[in-house]
Amino acid sequence: MSFLPELASNGRGLIEKWGRFTLFTGRLFAVTPRALLRPGLLIEQVYNTGALSLVIVMLSGLFVGMVLGLQGYDLLRRFGSTESLGSAVALGLLRELGPVVTALLFAGRAGTALTSEIGLMSATDQLSAMEMMAVDPVRRVCAPRFIGGVIAMPLLAAIFSAIGIFGGQLVGVTLMGVDAGQFWSQMRGAVELRDITEGVIKSGAFGLACSAIAVFEGYHAVPTAEGVGRATTRTVVTSSVAVLVLDYMITALLL
Amino acid sequence: MASVPERPATAAAGCIARLDGVGYQIGGRTVFDGLDIAIERGKVTAIMGPSGTGKTTLLRLITGQIRASRGRVEVDGEDLGGLDTDGLYRLRRRMGMLFQNGALLTDLDVYENVAFPLREHTRLPEALVARIVLMKLQAVGLRGAARLMPAELSGGMARRVALARAIVMDPKLLIYDEPFAGLDPIAMGVVLRLIRSTNDALGLTSIVVSHDVQEIGLLADRAYLLSAGRVAAAGTPATLAADPAPAVRQFMGGEADGPVPFHYPAPDYAEQLLGAEVPT
Amino acid sequence: MRQARAIELSTGLFVLLGFASLFFMITQITNRGLVFHEQNYHLTARFDNVGGLKVGAPVSIGGVTVGRVESIDYDIKTYKAVARLAIQSRYDRVPNDSDVAIYTAGLLGGQYVGLSPGGSETYFKDGDQIELTQSAVVLENLISKFLFDKAAQGDAKKSEGASK
Repeated sequence: MSFLPELASNGRGLIEKWGRFTLFTGRLFAVTPRALLRPGLLIEQVYNTGALSLVIVMLSGLFVGMVLGLQGYDLLRRFGSTESLGSAVALGLLRELGPVVTALLFAGRAGTALTSEIGLMSATDQLSAMEMMAVDPVRRVCAPRFIGGVIAMPLLAAIFSAIGIFGGQLVGVTLMGVDAGQFWSQMRGAVELRDITEGVIKSGAFGLACSAIAVFEGYHAVPTAEGVGRATTRTVVTSSVAVLVLDYMITALLL
Repeated sequence: MASVPERPATAAAGCIARLDGVGYQIGGRTVFDGLDIAIERGKVTAIMGPSGTGKTTLLRLITGQIRASRGRVEVDGEDLGGLDTDGLYRLRRRMGMLFQNGALLTDLDVYENVAFPLREHTRLPEALVARIVLMKLQAVGLRGAARLMPAELSGGMARRVALARAIVMDPKLLIYDEPFAGLDPIAMGVVLRLIRSTNDALGLTSIVVSHDVQEIGLLADRAYLLSAGRVAAAGTPATLAADPAPAVRQFMGGEADGPVPFHYPAPDYAEQLLGAEVPT
Repeated sequence: MRQARAIELSTGLFVLLGFASLFFMITQITNRGLVFHEQNYHLTARFDNVGGLKVGAPVSIGGVTVGRVESIDYDIKTYKAVARLAIQSRYDRVPNDSDVAIYTAGLLGGQYVGLSPGGSETYFKDGDQIELTQSAVVLENLISKFLFDKAAQGDAKKSEGASK
């Protein structure tokens, strides 16, 4: 009975949330120039989002590359063109898997950390205290974390792809016996600079989206332990969906 | 200090903050309805009242974190209703506020927490920052704790650090939100003494929100008792304690039943027991 | 202070590693090498059909990439496709009777332009047109031709059998 009004109010809430997110992102961009004047704070956040995600990204990159090597080898063997393995692995990593998997890992590792950190700061009145000290928390807390994420993501994705290619070579060349020269030369022949550019553009866009979502969810979290927990979950879900949707749109745009 | 005589209410010039006929509604619920409060310069003014009367909301009105739906809030000669964000931030540099649990920044140590406002608002040389910070920490007796992290502090210590941080920019007005909540008697005595001595030594004005009747009796020059969105009584703590109005007497005396009823509204007791209905 | 230095160290390591990966991919995985602004000269070639040739496809002599396809246009006067090729200046000794063809790399690979050097003593200059061209082999045409031939053979056999 109360289904329709509830649906309507949910829809309204969703649109309101979109509006709040857009305004908040606008605020982030507006304070970005001033936040860039404090490199010390930025380095701290590049460390938090980037350096701390390094191990998980490298490990995942290695295994994704190895799986690509294995699957690609099996697939290409059926067409009798296993020497194209290098290009298949490299293109798959550079254009799709590198940016997308890195972004998903980022949402899970760095995004949740950002949300819960900012959420807890808000729950323990730290953000209000800053406001009372005439310090804008969006500039002091949110913006450096946002920028740090935007810087870290393309670098993480590049590391992921590079390690993944070595993973692919490990399986393809060392285990399956594809000729190493063929592997690398086919790769060099097939990969264009624009494939790398596409990867960098994608990971840059994912970095913007994931960081903005994580920071937004933290800043607007209900300031209780439960609220922060929920916000963290929302960060992962929203970021993941955003990454996949953006991935399709950017791919379609750049093809 | 309980017997501080009531000084005559000074003119508007003697007030650092005034609320005139302030109303505030949130979500259809009226929190305040026609509130008149004047905070005199140089005094310690207490805001008291039972839980849920909007004491914290009142602080948020004075600091401009929220805006009044009706009436006028004036702090240090400026009408908060007419201030934009920049103006508000300028005004807040003249205020300090202590949150209930101190609200120290958890990723900075004690020293950096106290230095935080200086680093954000000034470009003082490091040596000068160190001197100011150490002086303020000395004033609250925690110079030795400069390199501890907030997680290593007790509740009372955290509040003292927060006090050092609140006075580091030499504000005119200092606001305390429930400074005694959850403290042991020793820590409470320390905080009590610090509030008084800070107020008198630095010549600033303090607003203390609390429901600890005894501590307010020792500390405050003037007290307001809020009840049901209005000022129920105002005066020195001594006059409040002698006030015959039932709402005031219940609060000051800590009586279980009175205008604030012991029982939450419920259907008739006998009827519900005899009918053995399960509450719906 | 020591903690701050540890942060700086690992952040620096991370950023360096990231840029090293990018550099590795750009220089080692693409065939572009380090050279971004190479001196080129241009040749044009007219084809009846360029098939699936794309802008940016390699131009090779004897399997060595010497340049790229810069643009592909359609000439409304001659009804031909015009490919403009950018050849690296260090390969400036291409005989002007060389012929050019569009090949496919592998059965399913992309298409590229292959130059086969002729015997002339004079070389192509910037802006020259390559006269001897061979169009792309369009797979569908090849298949339909093959099937048509088979069918013709079958018909011939049939009529042979009938005449017996």
